[in-house]
Amino acid sequence: MAQSDFAVRADGIGKTYRLGVSNISHSTLAETVLSRVRRGKSPSSGKVKTFDALDDINFEIPAGEALGIVGRNGAGKSTLLKVLTRVTAPTRGRLEFHGRMGSLLEVGTGFHPELTGRENIYLNGALLGMNRAEITRQFDAIVDFSGMEKFLDTPVKRYSSGMYVRLAFSVAAHLETEILAIDEVLAVGDAEFQRRSLEKMRQAASEGRTVLYVSHMLQTVKTLCSSAILLDRGHLVHQGSVDSTLEAYTASFDSHAQWQADPDNRQGWGGVRFSRMWMEDDHVPSGADLRIGFELPTTSKPIGLEEYWVSIHIVDSQGTVIAQCDSRLNGRTYSADRSYTGSTIIKNLWLKPGTYAVDAFVCQHGRILDVWDAAHRFEVMPDTRYTTGATDDAMSAGVVLADFQYEGN
Amino acid sequence: MSVTIIEPPRRLNLPRWTELWRAREVVTRLAQRDIIVRYRQTVLGVAWVVLQPVVAAGVFSLVFGTVAGLSSDGLPYFVFALAGTLAWNLFSGGITRASGSLVANQSLVAKVFFPRLLVPISTIASVLVDFVVGLALAVVLLVVFGINPGWPVLLLPVWVLLVVLLGLGIGTAASAMIVKYRDVGYVLPWAMQILVYASPVAYALSSVPDRLRWVFDINPATWFLEAFRWSLVGTAAPPAWQVFGLVIVSCVVFFAGVVYFQAHEREFADVI
Repeated sequence: MAQSDFAVRADGIGKTYRLGVSNISHSTLAETVLSRVRRGKSPSSGKVKTFDALDDINFEIPAGEALGIVGRNGAGKSTLLKVLTRVTAPTRGRLEFHGRMGSLLEVGTGFHPELTGRENIYLNGALLGMNRAEITRQFDAIVDFSGMEKFLDTPVKRYSSGMYVRLAFSVAAHLETEILAIDEVLAVGDAEFQRRSLEKMRQAASEGRTVLYVSHMLQTVKTLCSSAILLDRGHLVHQGSVDSTLEAYTASFDSHAQWQADPDNRQGWGGVRFSRMWMEDDHVPSGADLRIGFELPTTSKPIGLEEYWVSIHIVDSQGTVIAQCDSRLNGRTYSADRSYTGSTIIKNLWLKPGTYAVDAFVCQHGRILDVWDAAHRFEVMPDTRYTTGATDDAMSAGVVLADFQYEGN
Repeated sequence: MSVTIIEPPRRLNLPRWTELWRAREVVTRLAQRDIIVRYRQTVLGVAWVVLQPVVAAGVFSLVFGTVAGLSSDGLPYFVFALAGTLAWNLFSGGITRASGSLVANQSLVAKVFFPRLLVPISTIASVLVDFVVGLALAVVLLVVFGINPGWPVLLLPVWVLLVVLLGLGIGTAASAMIVKYRDVGYVLPWAMQILVYASPVAYALSSVPDRLRWVFDINPATWFLEAFRWSLVGTAAPPAWQVFGLVIVSCVVFFAGVVYFQAHEREFADVI
């Protein structure tokens, strides 16, 4: 029966959002009725911009495969996973699963602070799709894995955030569904717990379960998945082995950067968007000050509160955010009624040699005005500030380099 | 192995009953959570459940019985008003708790999949707990005052079921509306407050002037209040057409509420 060998099949999946609906138009019944009366037609038939978060996605995942779903921010990864896990409905197309689908979209969803650890295990387990017998059978394993025996009857509001996450992940990790969808949950907890979590995922894959793993952490995709698909602006642009997909991913950066240079193509609510972003030199020695210049025009449409702030992120080639330089941390906000030419100077950041991207954001309370992915890219040169050289393995571990000193005798 | 097929929502999107049944643990756990959270870390705790209908019925008997001097069909006014209050709280509690439930659980709705219908349905458990406690109090009073409702008491579970269906039907539809239109959530408690005076909760139908009587006769709340009191405190039975009407209206409203809910179910995560 070759026909039923797949676990998930997507035929022409598309998801279209109507942008007007949540932003400009009506959030009260009264407004909707009024506007219908005034315009004599449905409010949605007016000027509504639509946005295809996903379009014409076709793929088939063989049972037992661990599939990585990669792509840049806003490429549609999370939307695809939401459609696959039925959190939201597709606008077009058809999906077929063989087996139960379990999802780990966000650990701890449904945890209630007033409930004890034990009560939350049952509640969370039920929400994730386990029945009572399954939860009862897995209960000890869940508790063991989390290492929370002592706190089972304590309300989780008294847990530290680390304990909370561990318990939540432990419940999710014991889902016994044939298909498991995971969204970057591995980025939680301490290193030891992350390692165990990753191990658990690998185990799930090796037990013959089908795993769908969404991430922009390329390293974990590499270790976890056997094949991958690449999404770009809602389209499936590559499908194949992990290596070939990651290659395609890296290669697509240049075309993406060009496309993103036009503010109209970027994500975010709009109003204020960066017009330019630059660095004096795209090749910097490790540990040197990074000076990132930017230009902000005056607002193009009213943005409500006339103040906003900017946030500039340094992102490594794996997609890990190394540093978030948020202007609020400097006590700096910007005003919408004038333009700015400014810069951010980042000191004392010893980046490892490699390629880095600068992601830039314009934000307001409650909304993001501009998302400029990879607004700029730069290279950190192999010469470091360490006074003596050593073989590469002396700095292969870790995310950044540190200014350290060995002392004593 | 189970096969699931997902397609864009159709206009008429009836619930998948087997799926609802398989996910019944969600109802149990959500209900349990609601009840635990309501009573854990509260000063009054369970006393609050008793206090609420007692104070309401007390104020009603003071205002309508003592101040206005209305008839209570020969019963102690407090008992009469308490019976009405219990039925009313079952109805309005069903509506208000179900209607706010989706928004109160928005992080769940936006992040995990389970049949959404279970969210408003689960709220009925805490309403029933309140009702049962109040009912126990009413039974004590019946014994104290030596009131015997007779065989109609056997029909009480039927009325409870019908009131729950009615309240849940409205509450379920309202919960789906509130996801999109938050103002429905402000209008609803106000409407319930008006309706409590416009329905014979705290006064007998016999106190209503004849020329206004028709307004009360077409109000389904009158139907269940009369039926309820007939079964609990032994007042006159409601006319047969009202009983019949209650059955029809409750079932239709519940079904319509579920259909409305289901028609919007799959867009909740996008708009909530």
